[in-house]
Amino acid sequence: MSLSADEVRRVADLARLELSDADVDAMVRQLGAIVDYINQLQQLNTDAVEPLAHALDVHDVFRDDVPGTSLSPDEALANAPARKDDFYRVPPVFGD
Amino acid sequence: MNLTAAELLERQSTGDLSAEAITQSFLARIQQVEPKLRSFLAVDEAGALEQARAIDAKRRRGDAMGILAGVPIAIKDVICVQGQRATAGSKMLEAFVPPYDAHVITRLKEADAILIGKSNCDEFAMGSSTENSAYQTTRNPWDLERTPGGSSGGSAAAVAASEAPLALGTDTGGSIRQPAGLCGIVGLKPSYGRVSRFGLIAYGSSLDQCGPFAHDVRDSALLLEVIAGHDSRDSTSVDRPVPQYAKVVESPVQALVIGVPREFFNQPGAQATGGLDAEVERSVRDALKVYESLGATIKEISLPHSPYSVAVYYLVATAEASSNLARYDGVHFGHRAKEFAGLIDMMKKSRGEGFGAEVKRRIMLGTYALSSGYIDAYYLKALKVRRLIRQDFDRAFAECDVIVGPTSPTAAFKIGEKTGDPLAMYLSDIYTISANLAGICGISIPCGLTKTGLPIGLQILGAPFTEEKLLRIARMYERETDWHKRRPAV
Repeated sequence: MSLSADEVRRVADLARLELSDADVDAMVRQLGAIVDYINQLQQLNTDAVEPLAHALDVHDVFRDDVPGTSLSPDEALANAPARKDDFYRVPPVFGD
Repeated sequence: MNLTAAELLERQSTGDLSAEAITQSFLARIQQVEPKLRSFLAVDEAGALEQARAIDAKRRRGDAMGILAGVPIAIKDVICVQGQRATAGSKMLEAFVPPYDAHVITRLKEADAILIGKSNCDEFAMGSSTENSAYQTTRNPWDLERTPGGSSGGSAAAVAASEAPLALGTDTGGSIRQPAGLCGIVGLKPSYGRVSRFGLIAYGSSLDQCGPFAHDVRDSALLLEVIAGHDSRDSTSVDRPVPQYAKVVESPVQALVIGVPREFFNQPGAQATGGLDAEVERSVRDALKVYESLGATIKEISLPHSPYSVAVYYLVATAEASSNLARYDGVHFGHRAKEFAGLIDMMKKSRGEGFGAEVKRRIMLGTYALSSGYIDAYYLKALKVRRLIRQDFDRAFAECDVIVGPTSPTAAFKIGEKTGDPLAMYLSDIYTISANLAGICGISIPCGLTKTGLPIGLQILGAPFTEEKLLRIARMYERETDWHKRRPAV
């Protein structure tokens, strides 16, 4: 089974990734080959197998709720692409 | 300066060498070979010399010295060092300066190591040749036409060419062991949870581990000892004691049983998955004979699901990556496009411009595998096969101490050879990838050279949290051979 250009565009939209038409063509080809390879997993019967998301038995770890030092606003915002006062500056969220 | 970390420590304690002289010597070596190799994205000359002088002053005062005092180390550029640019090999993070140290960096500073520079890597650690770096192509010190492997190729090349005696890398599917093998040095991937991931730029969070590169097993043990252990800032870092690895490496393991998976070798009428090169196979079989001569029992075992590990990995790792890399949205840090129409378009353009081709491919694959209608067939299916892979290892380790085989199917490949075929590139990790899925530990040690003079790596895999035994077993082989003493003529 291979991927269509429309499917590639739909996934790119979900991933918030702008792709050029040339990128889409390359993705159709390359992702198609990878998906074909990955499809070999369907040969295995895994009906009775529990998924393993993590090699360790991971469970929630809580620490005591004690105040500590944290980054100052200037340190936290030092890498921001755009800033206004002590805030990240972004384009309008509504109305586009 | 062709000395190991252990030798550098010794020479300082006897007063033969100062940390400053050591640092100057490695900086000079970097200057000499860097135009050919391009292992480093940044060399912190002034900072390294300042650290060295402070360490020399500490020694003169008679203070207690850290266990890596005065030993330079290269740091893969996905690891955060406060105040030093961390690009992860990506244009996305071209201007990113971390406001804090990774846990492993805090540990190195406490150990008085000298942070000499940031080493090149595949973008966001995604790749097997370091060719996916947005900045430069690192060359293999044994043959400048070939890649050093990846994704930690800069770290591996730096140690192999004696630009630094030690380096840190990260390993999500083989990114420490594979370049170590292709560059003729030792590289160790610790068990998942052994080393804190705090301050590593995340790729696949259930797979990533940080680990050492060194010339020999003892130096690897020393560096692992420094970085291993619990850190409350990584809830997956496990709270269990850290053995004194460097002290125990010289004790051989008695009644050693080595498992050799038949799937890792060519069988009559059937090539091994990934196509094992005949010269590589011969060197690995010779290494097994060395173990036999030391009294080890070699036992053929089966890891029946190992041929599926690349397929599982490229679903699990990419699914995790698509989630981890969602943070690069042009809002908090990283690249923001100059021109856009509204918020969503700003995110799409910033990501489209900031990420390279392989990162985009993996984000796409991961998003696809997690998307509605496909998650059961792809992501969940992969997690089920991941359990089967883990169970293969559990069964194997019930009957043997370690599993031994090749690190990679071939020696170093040529620059450009696999860049046009992502799947061929992925298959170069066929032997290393399953260890990350299962959370076990593994090491690659030098075990030979091809006729054309390229290093060959021997991979030894151990059950979770058996690094101590793994290192002792690796050292047993190393003591009998001198492959780890060979240096490239760069």
